Amino acid sequence: MSAPLAHLEILPRSVHFLLALGLLALLAFPWTGQDFYTQMVTRMMILAIFAMSLDLLQGITGLVSLGHAAYFGLAGYVLAFMSPADAAASWLITLPVAILASALVALVIGFFVVRTQGIYFIMVTMAFAQMLYYLFFDNKGLGGSDGLYINVRPSALGLDLENKLVLYYFTLVSLVLVYVFLRRLLWSPFGRTLNGIRLNEHRTQALGYASFSYKLTAFTLAGALAGLAGYLWGVQTGYVNPELMGFHMSAHAIMMVILGGMGNVAGALIGAFGFELFLHFFKDLPTVGGFDLGKHWQLWMGSLIVLVVIVAPQGLMGLLRPRSQDD
Amino acid sequence: MDLANFLIQLLNSVQYGLLLFLLAAGLTLIFGIMGVVNLAHGSFYMLGAYLAYALTGAWDSLALAVLVGTLLSIGIGWLLEKILFRHFYHRSHLDQVLLTFGLIYIFEELRSMLWGDDVHSVGVPELLNWSINLTDTLSYPAYRLFMLVICSVLALGLWLLIGKTKLGMKIRAGAFNSDMAQALGVNIVRLHALVFAMGVALAALGGMLIAPLSSVYPYMGSQVLIMCFVVVVIGGIGSVRGALTAALLVGLVDTFGKVLLPEFASMLVYVLMAVVLLYKPEGLFKQ
Repeated sequence: MSAPLAHLEILPRSVHFLLALGLLALLAFPWTGQDFYTQMVTRMMILAIFAMSLDLLQGITGLVSLGHAAYFGLAGYVLAFMSPADAAASWLITLPVAILASALVALVIGFFVVRTQGIYFIMVTMAFAQMLYYLFFDNKGLGGSDGLYINVRPSALGLDLENKLVLYYFTLVSLVLVYVFLRRLLWSPFGRTLNGIRLNEHRTQALGYASFSYKLTAFTLAGALAGLAGYLWGVQTGYVNPELMGFHMSAHAIMMVILGGMGNVAGALIGAFGFELFLHFFKDLPTVGGFDLGKHWQLWMGSLIVLVVIVAPQGLMGLLRPRSQDD
Repeated sequence: MDLANFLIQLLNSVQYGLLLFLLAAGLTLIFGIMGVVNLAHGSFYMLGAYLAYALTGAWDSLALAVLVGTLLSIGIGWLLEKILFRHFYHRSHLDQVLLTFGLIYIFEELRSMLWGDDVHSVGVPELLNWSINLTDTLSYPAYRLFMLVICSVLALGLWLLIGKTKLGMKIRAGAFNSDMAQALGVNIVRLHALVFAMGVALAALGGMLIAPLSSVYPYMGSQVLIMCFVVVVIGGIGSVRGALTAALLVGLVDTFGKVLLPEFASMLVYVLMAVVLLYKPEGLFKQ
């Protein structure tokens, strides 16, 4: 439809400063000793990994997937299948297997879907995710609509993820690694080609790049990283159900990426934290004059999303750029 | 499966297919003409069901409720197009996805504030509250047959409107090439408002008609919305004929799948869509 959005691929110093500050805050956060909030931040970091993995498709390659949650949920299920009922699995084994499973499924589905364009791509990715959703929803052997429990969280190398603090730092390290990896990828020849595909696929093809293989690689990689996030989600909640693969989860990821600003990885990261903070804030609103504001959080969240699309279509990061640099 | 059972399933699948068509017709036109991905279309279906619940509660007549509800939803559709959707026709699909997803949140919350979060039921009208006996043990409710007839009439009416009238010609021209239609003197702004309001009304009508059969419940739009997208994509975006064919096909696959392959039934529809798109990447009836 319209021209691709402008990107903050070269991050301004202010963003680097903000990210460094954020990292310090995240490193220090558990020392506040608030167990509830430590878990909330763990959840945010997991969602941030998920959002960044989608940004590789949505922002960098220009492929809007409405079924990205499929790979997220799948890894959680792999963990659930591999966890013994009364003992800890080893994350050294289950984590790579879960990520590989997500990558493999993304590779197979990607083989079909990256041929399609625009709106058809959106719809077909959604259809495949729904297929997986119903496969798990309808089959008792796969947990059915109730889902599966992970009774004992995985452990290896003396890092027991049952310990909330260990899990927190494990997630933080994963988050930093994924961010650094994607930022480097963005500026690698591979990333430049993906960027070229987003801006003008025909021209990129004419230059001799096999855009199909590039898109398929990006799709698979994004699926693998979503798998990492989904695995951590399964570890944190100790529970997986089909909703993790559902339409709402996929849309959730899209919204996080947009809220922050897409195509530069940092935006997805900021968007994920921002989205969850807004959600938390809206749900915690007080009762004013007999009207429970918090109970109607969906109204505020929906209005916020509509407002973002209308006034800040480039997300929070988009607000940073000076007016003259638009377009 | 014996004959009577087969007949019941066949009727069910056609009825489901026609219901899907009511929703998908608006969606495919809004898609085809205005280029808008409307995830909130399912909310209009829910709106219809809740209007049926609220209005039958007030007047105790489904016919009156459907009439007033349809007029109301035309108004709501017209208003939404004017204040919101009109400004998103030329935005990227991503922005549209986001906008309409935000709207789902808002509509669900408004629904919760107006009518609560409980499951409600709408009574079948007295006149249609009987069944036809097919065998000693199997019967078919008259309301389902009535719905089948009404949906068929609506589908036929829509087909005549699109295929045989001057307005339909403009709509088809708009779906084929919006700019060209405008250059040739079609008032495209009014056409857009009209098509959008019609789409909303058809979806709401579907919700009102289904209310006595299923219950009226929160988030009832999400499931059906995804099905409608499948229908639209299989049929080919912008094609009403395609939407009808695809809706009937999806109805058949889903209903018989649930009887014959219960564990994989819900997947089958998506498999169907994937297969169609592999052979016809732009749907069955893309012009």
